[in-house]
Amino acid sequence: MSVNLAQETVSYAPAEGALSSFWLLIALPLVSAALLLLLGRRADRWGHFLGCLSVGVAFVLGLVYFFTLRGLEESSAELTLFSFMPVSELQVDVNLLYDPLSSVFVLLITGVGFLIHVYSIGYMAHDPGRRRFFAYLNLFVAAMLLLVLGGNYVMTFIGWEGVGLASYLLIAFWYDRPAAATAGKKAFLMNRVGDVGFLLAIFLMFATLGSVDFEDVFNGVPTLSEGTVLAIGLLLLLGACGKSGQFPLQAWLPDAMEGPTPVSALIHAATMVTAGVYLIARSHEIFSANETAQTVVVSVGAITLLIGCIIGCAKDDIKRVLAYSTVSQIGYMFLAVGLGGAAYALGIMHLLTHGFFKAGLFLGAGSVMHGMNDQTNIRRFGGLFRYMPITAVTFGLGYLAIIGIPPLAGYFSKDPIIAAAFARHGWTGWLFGGIALLGAGLTAFYMTRLFVLTFLGPKRWTEDITHPHESPATMTVPMILLAIGSVASGFLLSLGLVDYLTPSLGPETEVEHGPLSHLTVTLLTVGVSVIGAALAYLLFRRGTALEEQPARSPLVRAARANLYADTFNETVFELPGRLLTRALVYFDNRGIDGLVNGLAAGIGGGSSRLRRLQTGFVRSYALTILSGALVVTAALMAVTFGS
Amino acid sequence: MDEFPYLSVLTLLPLAGAVVVALLPRSRPELSKVVALVWSLAVLALTVVAWIAFDPNGERFQFRESYDWIPAWGVNFTFEVDGIALVMLALIAVLVPVVILASWHDADGGRRSVPTFFALLLALECTMIGVFAAGDVFLFYVFFEAMLVPMYFLIGSYGGARRQYAAVKFFLYSLFGGLLMLAAVIGLWVVSAEELGQGTFDWQTLASLNIDDTVGRWLFLGFFIAFAIKAPFFPFHTWLPDAGGAAPAGTAALLVGVLDKVGTFGILRYCLPLFPEASDYFAPLALTLALIGVLYGALLAVGQNDLKRLVAYTSIAHFGFIGIGIFAFTTQAGTGAVLYMVNHGLATGLLFLVVGMLVTRRGSALISDFGGAGKLVPLLSGVFFIAGLASLALPGTNAFVSEFLVLLGTFDVNRPVAVLATLGIVLAAGYVLWMYQRAMQGRLNPALEKAEGMKRDMSRREMVVVAPLVALILLLGVYPKPVLDVINPAVEDTLSHIENLDQAPTAASGEE
Repeated sequence: MSVNLAQETVSYAPAEGALSSFWLLIALPLVSAALLLLLGRRADRWGHFLGCLSVGVAFVLGLVYFFTLRGLEESSAELTLFSFMPVSELQVDVNLLYDPLSSVFVLLITGVGFLIHVYSIGYMAHDPGRRRFFAYLNLFVAAMLLLVLGGNYVMTFIGWEGVGLASYLLIAFWYDRPAAATAGKKAFLMNRVGDVGFLLAIFLMFATLGSVDFEDVFNGVPTLSEGTVLAIGLLLLLGACGKSGQFPLQAWLPDAMEGPTPVSALIHAATMVTAGVYLIARSHEIFSANETAQTVVVSVGAITLLIGCIIGCAKDDIKRVLAYSTVSQIGYMFLAVGLGGAAYALGIMHLLTHGFFKAGLFLGAGSVMHGMNDQTNIRRFGGLFRYMPITAVTFGLGYLAIIGIPPLAGYFSKDPIIAAAFARHGWTGWLFGGIALLGAGLTAFYMTRLFVLTFLGPKRWTEDITHPHESPATMTVPMILLAIGSVASGFLLSLGLVDYLTPSLGPETEVEHGPLSHLTVTLLTVGVSVIGAALAYLLFRRGTALEEQPARSPLVRAARANLYADTFNETVFELPGRLLTRALVYFDNRGIDGLVNGLAAGIGGGSSRLRRLQTGFVRSYALTILSGALVVTAALMAVTFGS
Repeated sequence: MDEFPYLSVLTLLPLAGAVVVALLPRSRPELSKVVALVWSLAVLALTVVAWIAFDPNGERFQFRESYDWIPAWGVNFTFEVDGIALVMLALIAVLVPVVILASWHDADGGRRSVPTFFALLLALECTMIGVFAAGDVFLFYVFFEAMLVPMYFLIGSYGGARRQYAAVKFFLYSLFGGLLMLAAVIGLWVVSAEELGQGTFDWQTLASLNIDDTVGRWLFLGFFIAFAIKAPFFPFHTWLPDAGGAAPAGTAALLVGVLDKVGTFGILRYCLPLFPEASDYFAPLALTLALIGVLYGALLAVGQNDLKRLVAYTSIAHFGFIGIGIFAFTTQAGTGAVLYMVNHGLATGLLFLVVGMLVTRRGSALISDFGGAGKLVPLLSGVFFIAGLASLALPGTNAFVSEFLVLLGTFDVNRPVAVLATLGIVLAAGYVLWMYQRAMQGRLNPALEKAEGMKRDMSRREMVVVAPLVALILLLGVYPKPVLDVINPAVEDTLSHIENLDQAPTAASGEE
């Protein structure tokens, strides 16, 4: 048990002073959501302001708590509100934890969330369901905050399913569109597959450690067998893959773009889909204790980042390109948290910078759609720079950030991940580092394609569009602020984030050096990105065909078909499921019920008599009961007098 | 007896109400509705008082009353409740007034007597309270059979299409089970007569007997099959979709919400403590049937085209979860199973009532007759969605707590069953969201738009019907502790009969 001695025990300090009210972070948006739903049409005129206000106040509180926590020595605050599920040994409380890791998530969720709320005022101005939209957005923020503030795995799980519900409601917001309703259902179902993993992990923790509290679980990890740790890790990973759209549960995320664009920015780019990364980082004691689990996480990340890049190159829908880009960028984050050690913090850093630039890119896409009659096909854009300068510049900064051009945000966060991947021991370092590097080049390629086809080159608009317009200030101001974040956040975070997160993520802060020096990796990454971008610029600066051209290579065909993930799911799960259901319905009606009815007919002496029974001679049933009662009486008398 | 006789009064009060309402003239239908509603609210008020008077940390059985009935055979009017029975009484007391208000117009139309309908509902309440409050096995049997009568007439006289077929099927199934149980009840009496010299039906005395293994197994089966039909467990379930589909919505809510719980309650109260050895012996069989029920019921629910039948099949899946929780023999799973009985009553009760409101408006229960209804009746579809969320056990709703406890408690001792049952949560999401999509989302069905009833969203009366259920679903989802504290001691005592109390998990793991 030497490992146990070396390991520091995890313990959280009780919340005191200002921090004892941090439950307000969750309560504010939750109450706002409830009011907006309960008041109904009465709140139509001012509902969106309340929605923004609740998240804005939560952001201000988040800042206050952040600085309070920095002034504390313990750098954690635990709050137990009331007992939730007390059943003998199982004691689950409504328990919240505020520590460096949750504090940065709170700022991301409420900060970026607030900007997207403001943006939605303009974006949804003409939608009759705007109040309902803000109610769902607030519900989402509350659930997401519960997810990152939960102090035990059950609380995290409640937030986890809560964001799933909010995501479903928002994807299917325009529920009269069959595609939106189907996409919402698909997202919920695939998430539930992941949730089965999360639930089983919780059950396994209780069965082996007798607790689901973070402290008890983390401190108990050294006492567990290797197989148990691996099982818990892989089950948590399954949950993480569902929520974060990682292989093999990635197929729901691009379909989720059926929801309004602010939803894509907030939920399916900046916050909810990063919950899987949060879960793994939060459970780093579990993953760090098992190398196999880590290797699986790294592999999932590497596979997913390639899948996202390859499909992203082949899509023509501006939101779907961004969606696959999200899939791929979260792949980088999984890669980082799978590497473990100092790379946990790198994963979180990329998550935060990605929150800025990807939210900005989505809002930019929404602004383009807003000005182009909801067109989403990039083949029908072109030359928009002149008509939407603010959108183009803010989108452009987000684009440069995501492809990792120094000194923008993506450079500071993605580059170290690639370096850390190369530093992994043995041939796996070359493999994962190589994949990450290739991904950087592909990212530069498809993002450049997207930017050039949208904002540069010749106009390829549909006939109904004569004069595209820039969006109103409620939309452009959030875009400008996010663009500033896309430029500056990387540098600022690189100054102190890793050290700040140490109490949550463990003491290692230095990434080991691999066979390649950090400088070499940096030069390689920037070089590959520039090549990718240049190639795309040369190919697409003169525009492209208005319609999708028949694909010559099988790779392009596969990429356009989402690498056949949907086809696979349909043939392996949906079709057999549908057949099984149909067969069972038949079996139930004809098999079991037929047997029963046949039996009844046989006993009743033919079906004609049964039919007579069924048409209802109530007296005969009364008679049956009576005969039953007579049997009792007779039996009782026999026994009484017999003895 | 210095205590107020809560249980006999609670049982007789609705019976008196039934008589009064039945005697009201047929020409005064509105009066009979009001009297029935006020009467059921009085029962609710008395139940609340009883709940407050019940001491969760006291004796397991409280409010015991016993009166001689047939002394020669040792039959007594004995009433007593433990925490498990108490929460069921509370469920009945809440559901009956809600159902009466929801069924306000169900008997209108002049074809059948309105006062009789509401008198039958109160009579049903009497038998339901009696069956849970009985402390004498013979008395339990009498109420168990008596319950059939009002339910038979409610389905057969006031139901929808195929009501006769459904009512007879329900009746014959239950009667078959009842006769088996009767044989077991007599057998139990004989055993007690042999062992004590004087036969008895008193539960507390019977629970202390030492019954021979073989005899115990036979008697167990007599009770178990009766309860498995009532609950119902696979493969005894085919009467439920017919009965649930044909019964008026409010009656269906009581049938599935409360009446069927007599099956699972009976297993906990009679099978486990009276025949612990047999319970242990048959547990693998029972777990298998319950697990099949979880997956089979869910898959069949996905395949249904009729809203009411669909809800009935989801209940078969839910009864599977309850069965798993009971036969896992751990405190968490057992407590979860009892809480599940309450939660399912509230959630599925709400689901049936909302479906009833939809069916009344549309004049059809076929899902294909709906489509895009959310546009026409947004409020009703919102409540429908909340009931659906409770059915798929989303955290924040009451059903999550019970399902979580059942699965967690089962995982501790039987991992394969728990893992397979957990897959049921994906199927549950499937049938709920698929049903919601077909009925409420998508393009508006043109025929639906023309339906006169669909022009009105929820009325004031309907809001009063759903409000308490929605409130309880959310409240018990956030703060289930008061109910858990009442249930838990009774479950622990039940399991102590099996001598199989869950060991401390650290010892159970055996790892390292």
